Amino acid sequence: MTVASSGPSHTPPPGDPGLAIELRGISKAFGPVQANKDIDLAVRRGTIHGIIGENGAGKSTLMSILYGFYKADRGTVLIGGRETEIPDSQAAIDAGIGMVFQHFKLVENFTVLENVVLGAEDGAMLKPSLAKARRLLTELAHEYELDVDPDAVIEDIGVGLQQRVEILKALYREADILILDEPTGVLTPAEADHLFRILKGLRDQGKTIILITHKLREIMEITDTVSVMRRGEMTATVKTAETSPEELAELMVGRKVLLRVDKAPARPKDVILEVRDLHVTDAQGVHRLKGVSFDIRAGEVLGIAGVAGNGQSELLEVLGGYEKATGRVRVKGHEIDLTGSASDAQTRRARGIAHVPEDRQREGLIMDYRAWENVAFGYQKDFGGTLMDHAAMKRDCAGKMERFDVRPPDPTLAAKSFSGGNQQKIVLAREIERNPDLLLIGQPTRGVDIGAIEFIHQQIVALRDQGKAILLVSVELDEIMALSDRIAVMFDGRIMGERLPSETDQGELGLLMAGMAGEAA
Amino acid sequence: MTDGLPKWVDIAVIPLINVLLALILSALVVWMIGEDPVRAMTILVNGAVGSAYGWGYTLFYATNFVFTGLGVAVAFHARLFNIGGEGQAALGGLGVALAMLYVPWPHWSLALVGATVAAALFGAAWAAIPAYLQAKRGSHIVITTIMFNFIAAALMVYLLSRVLLVPGAGGSPETARFAEATHLPNAFALFPWMGWSRSTPLNVSFFLALLACVGVWVLIWRTRLGYEIRAFGHSEPAAIYAGISPVRITMIAMLISGGLCGLMATNAVLGEAERLVIDPVQGAGFVGIAVALMGRSHPFGVFLAALLFGALYQGGGELQFEMPSVSRELILVIQALVILFTGALDNMVRMPLEKVFVSARRRPAPPEPTSPKGADNDPIAKVEP
Repeated sequence: MTVASSGPSHTPPPGDPGLAIELRGISKAFGPVQANKDIDLAVRRGTIHGIIGENGAGKSTLMSILYGFYKADRGTVLIGGRETEIPDSQAAIDAGIGMVFQHFKLVENFTVLENVVLGAEDGAMLKPSLAKARRLLTELAHEYELDVDPDAVIEDIGVGLQQRVEILKALYREADILILDEPTGVLTPAEADHLFRILKGLRDQGKTIILITHKLREIMEITDTVSVMRRGEMTATVKTAETSPEELAELMVGRKVLLRVDKAPARPKDVILEVRDLHVTDAQGVHRLKGVSFDIRAGEVLGIAGVAGNGQSELLEVLGGYEKATGRVRVKGHEIDLTGSASDAQTRRARGIAHVPEDRQREGLIMDYRAWENVAFGYQKDFGGTLMDHAAMKRDCAGKMERFDVRPPDPTLAAKSFSGGNQQKIVLAREIERNPDLLLIGQPTRGVDIGAIEFIHQQIVALRDQGKAILLVSVELDEIMALSDRIAVMFDGRIMGERLPSETDQGELGLLMAGMAGEAA
Repeated sequence: MTDGLPKWVDIAVIPLINVLLALILSALVVWMIGEDPVRAMTILVNGAVGSAYGWGYTLFYATNFVFTGLGVAVAFHARLFNIGGEGQAALGGLGVALAMLYVPWPHWSLALVGATVAAALFGAAWAAIPAYLQAKRGSHIVITTIMFNFIAAALMVYLLSRVLLVPGAGGSPETARFAEATHLPNAFALFPWMGWSRSTPLNVSFFLALLACVGVWVLIWRTRLGYEIRAFGHSEPAAIYAGISPVRITMIAMLISGGLCGLMATNAVLGEAERLVIDPVQGAGFVGIAVALMGRSHPFGVFLAALLFGALYQGGGELQFEMPSVSRELILVIQALVILFTGALDNMVRMPLEKVFVSARRRPAPPEPTSPKGADNDPIAKVEP
């Protein structure tokens, strides 16, 4: 394996102008937590440089230092070979750095053009700036496939286009170095491919691109060089062509990781869940589910694929008991009340439905509650009618933490003190150990480190093998492919089609996810 | 919030520093109007806690503030800002007055039970309407409870000047005195050997307040209802996910909150005035907000904060009496400074203290790069050049 980075043993040379960015000995601590520890990084001009690492490895902190959000405790930043102070984001922009955040920073009711210009106006009057931006947008659109209608309002265009606006904003500010933080999280495979073509085009024009991601496939697909971070340290920098996903995973986690899920073929039995013609209209009057029907049998995993926001969340909420709907749902032959007084999460749990929600920090856990309090959450009636049995809750929690390998196994820690993966294990332990007939599970590994993903996938498969019905919702196509026995693709509140994982591929699913049923069929 | 700070610093040192800063600033204000700040502060402190007489008033005021402080605190746990303690306590007073005037109580102990029930019911009822509007209609509880304070005040004026007015009582809008049998024993009657004066307003309601502290602690930290109230307060989406009904929790938390505020009347109306006067609450409903904030919505903290505010009320009264140039408004300024420092400017002291503690801890043993996971895996092979 070849290492492209300069180790700390080198004597610090004067800046190499061939490097777009060079970081030397960057350290940053938050209280007692060392988020970045003596980081060296060299990014060559005109390359796509990937930075990969688990959640909490320090990627975002490092990029925030580069973009002027945080000040490093120690270390120097060199841009284009010159030592540069970056006290705030304006300094970063002046130094030619552009950042595309995971959560877009756009004004929803402004047009594309207005967003591009916002904060970079040339004078007190808007008109000259807008005209200049319009010219530039037309040029860029031709050059890099960055077509966006300049007069479209942000809230009316899709996330893929919104992301292009973010890139255009950076280019309008004459960025030479573009940092993208988890850019494909909200994109369909086709949109992601398009983004990659844009990025390659930009690189070929001499721009430097830093791509932060946790997806190994993307790293392998488009980067030239990749740096791996683990626990605040830069553990390696390698040429992408000379490494493999397995090696990168091992570098990220610190041990060998199984990237595929081992599972036997499903042996489905009786139908557990019957869903017929489900319709949901939300408070704004938007039709979120438009007639969804499916069955799940005991001992099988039905995976729901789709880009976020196409009705999957509403489906989980209806089945979990906190969204009203019309249609019919039966669990083990019992009719479920979808609108009346018996339509709440407590009644669903009593019916044998367990639910691992999509957003564990917002719904699944009370972040300020201690682990032992969270382990009773949703099942608090089991721990006492009036007074709660704290001793029993703590015992229950300690047992679950041991069986689900939660670290640290300390029931008295608040939920917010655990890492994403360990938080998810707490939720999973709580829901799985109730021995439900049906498990609803949304985004089981979002924000979860690779090591914990493996464990969580094993638990889902084990539950299936015990003869439970599982409804899996995930925006990660890899995860859907790996875990599901059947795959249903949702688009715009409808199920576009059902496929067997053995008889489909990402390309076909991607077309379905984009709503193109005809071509995919 | 308390990351990096030992608990004792959080609950004892920080409030103490805040109060000291407030008093120093108050002393400065006193100095600016040309009075001797040291003498003023001495009078303030001595007046509040320097004698049995002072203590009698300090604890009497504190009893009021414990009730309203607990009321606001319970609502805080459900993330509801009950500003209506003033009105709820006034209605509690109405409940007490009706129960005392129309039921012939044989003994004060029974009268206290009756007054407690009536005060809680009336206070809760007054909170019920804003609670319902919040739960079902989404009307903001801050607005509606403030409005209900005004409605309560108008209602009390109407009732006391038209309906409950004693004929020929000389025109002051108040009810008749309650019967002798309902009069609560005060501290002088209960513990004469402790040197209380005969007229001390401190009475058995003080023990009711202590009981309420314990009760609220059990409710919030030990019952399932408290678990659900806190969960709802931390995160409404999570509560809904867990099958906790927001409507139910909003209603229950506000009823309890209003009931506790109403209980203040057992002290002020039954215990001290022994009749219902035009404004039995005297701002205690608002002080309750400061008390709950400063006490971090914990019953023990509420008790301590109530003591502090009781002392400020009593000491302030003495100061006004002893130093005529220190006006009533200046006493309000001092109280406001304490509220400002303990409530709003809390972070001003907290942040530097946190820094001191974190750096003091780091020096002896530099921490490992923390990671919540154990270190059971082999460290990866170092990459060779």
